[in-house]
Amino acid sequence: MPDGAVHTRYGSPADSSVGDFVALLKPRVMSLVVFTGVAGMLTAPGELHPVLAAIAIACIAVGAGAAGAINMWYDRDIDALMTRTRERPIPAGRMDPAEALAFGVVLSIASVTVMALAVNFAAAALLALSIAFYVFVYTVWLKRRTPQNIVIGGAAGAFPPMIGWAAVSGDVSLASLAMFAIIFMWTPPHFWALALFRSGDYARAGVPMLPVVSGVTETKRQILFYSLALLPVSLLPYALGVADAIYAVGSALLGLLLVAGAVAVWRDSGEVAAKRLFGYSIVYLFLVFALLILDRVPLEP
Amino acid sequence: MSANVMTDELNKRRRAKNLALGLVIGGLCLLFYLITIVRMGAE
Repeated sequence: MPDGAVHTRYGSPADSSVGDFVALLKPRVMSLVVFTGVAGMLTAPGELHPVLAAIAIACIAVGAGAAGAINMWYDRDIDALMTRTRERPIPAGRMDPAEALAFGVVLSIASVTVMALAVNFAAAALLALSIAFYVFVYTVWLKRRTPQNIVIGGAAGAFPPMIGWAAVSGDVSLASLAMFAIIFMWTPPHFWALALFRSGDYARAGVPMLPVVSGVTETKRQILFYSLALLPVSLLPYALGVADAIYAVGSALLGLLLVAGAVAVWRDSGEVAAKRLFGYSIVYLFLVFALLILDRVPLEP
Repeated sequence: MSANVMTDELNKRRRAKNLALGLVIGGLCLLFYLITIVRMGAE
């Protein structure tokens, strides 16, 4: 654990419940991870046995959850300082930190191993890379050191569609990189919108989020920049031929709404627009990947 | 009295965790069985 640890009473193994272990897996984050992973699988050329496809999705979900558990173990000191995270199992004193770490490590190894045995090595390697990136690059290296933490660290959350694609096709292609790029460019406006109305939390914990380090105006400028940059990036699947015009029109409209939200944040001196943008950004990503999925569903029998 | 309640609560949590662990192990057995069948079928 890093310096500046908070003296929190941590729980013993007997204190934790099944619900606490589920909470360690960050189930809400997992739903977005699973959805984008499924989109990668359905967009990829080739076929995968339904049982193996279900196993691949489970591995992506468990791998993401395992990385979240290790993140909660490492960040237990700063989690105790933030309103949003202080009720997590470790800072709330319901769980022994070592228990959470063991849980995360075992699930990480298990998810990568099962992916390699059941599906293929490319998908397993990408899953291992995404877990390692989230734990070592984002959590340990960047999160407490630079306001670019979520920009570079956002790559960890962008892997699921590539893993899904690799599970079906066995390789990495430009189309799967395009899906990676969409999530990568979406991450900064999403998290900086959150940081705008949670900056007090981050400042108290000493996490150098952009609003804390560079101020609100610079953060709003960066949100607008990334929202605009996301527009052409979201059209890459269409340009690469993996999505049709319906996707192109739909994702462009959704992207314009995101830009409108970013402009509203720029103009708003309060927190309302930032909260709206944060909520809409989640809907945006779901809908863009839903469009990609619908694009692959045959309309005629 | 409160010690008994605490012990009951801890026992309840322990039972739930044991049950969850049992289900996970059972699920893994089923998972490896399914992987084997599907993989053998493919070959």
